Amino acid sequence: MASGSNIDALGQFTLHRSLGALGASVNFTNANTMMLVAGALILGTLYVGMRPKAMVPGRLQALAELSYEGVLGMCTDTIGHEGRKFFPFIFTLFGFVLLGNLLGVFPLFFTYTSHIAVTLALALFVVLLTTYVGLRMHGLHFFSYFVPQGVPKALLPLLVPIEVLSYISRLISLSVRLFANMMAGHVMLEVFGSFVVMLGGAGLLGLFPAGLSFAVNVALIGFEVLVAVLQAYVFAVLTCIYLHDAVHLH
Amino acid sequence: MDVSAAKDLGAGLAVIALAGVGVGIGNIFAALVNSVARNPASRDKVFGLAILGFALTEAVALYALVIAFIILFVG
Repeated sequence: MASGSNIDALGQFTLHRSLGALGASVNFTNANTMMLVAGALILGTLYVGMRPKAMVPGRLQALAELSYEGVLGMCTDTIGHEGRKFFPFIFTLFGFVLLGNLLGVFPLFFTYTSHIAVTLALALFVVLLTTYVGLRMHGLHFFSYFVPQGVPKALLPLLVPIEVLSYISRLISLSVRLFANMMAGHVMLEVFGSFVVMLGGAGLLGLFPAGLSFAVNVALIGFEVLVAVLQAYVFAVLTCIYLHDAVHLH
Repeated sequence: MDVSAAKDLGAGLAVIALAGVGVGIGNIFAALVNSVARNPASRDKVFGLAILGFALTEAVALYALVIAFIILFVG
């Protein structure tokens, strides 16, 4: 550790191979295992929840219906009428990110969204998709998106590169936001957890600050749940906004 | 000044950005309280916007934090 402390804050993000020899042959890591768990949980919840098809929904059915209606409302509110077409994509994305964030709060579970490789792949897919949708719906007219309306012609050489740059930097902001949120939260938990151990072992005088750090850690876990849901929501909403831009050009 | 001291200083400098984020988040929620006080019926609509703005602003803080972590722990 470079700073001389013995808090191994980043050790929790190490990838391990899982599933034995089969996993080793295809480089199947604990992150991939968690992705499978998340996918199975989403599909299981929706399948088991919707099986009763009751008029008055039970808890699981209410969960399934609420998530469906919530994401559908987000799509149609943000993108407009065309939003229904993108609903399956947004719902999948939202569910995948949400479960990845939430599962990481539990002990011994791995947060796959705390790896920039995962979030960058998701963001790359979103940005490529929005560009494809824009080109598909508007053809070459799509590039007028980079030319702001009602601006003096003399300013265009300055503004068009800025617009292009901001379009490309969506990729970075979308991926780094999610990855940084998850990583920073878990590092914070790790640091305060280490405080508990280090201060608790330091003798009688350390017991009070150790208890304090423990209380902070409990509060932080609650905060982590909030951040997990919030960041999944933000990821989905921003995807919707980008799709709105692609569909409507401004 | 040896390298580890410079790293600690650099990490400290990197999180100065949090001052701006504090101002920003304060602004967002001040505006939220203002608008809900003026028009309580708009609460549901405005709250989502505020949370979105909060998350976007908070992300800036986390960029700074990531830079601090990179300075401290990587390389």
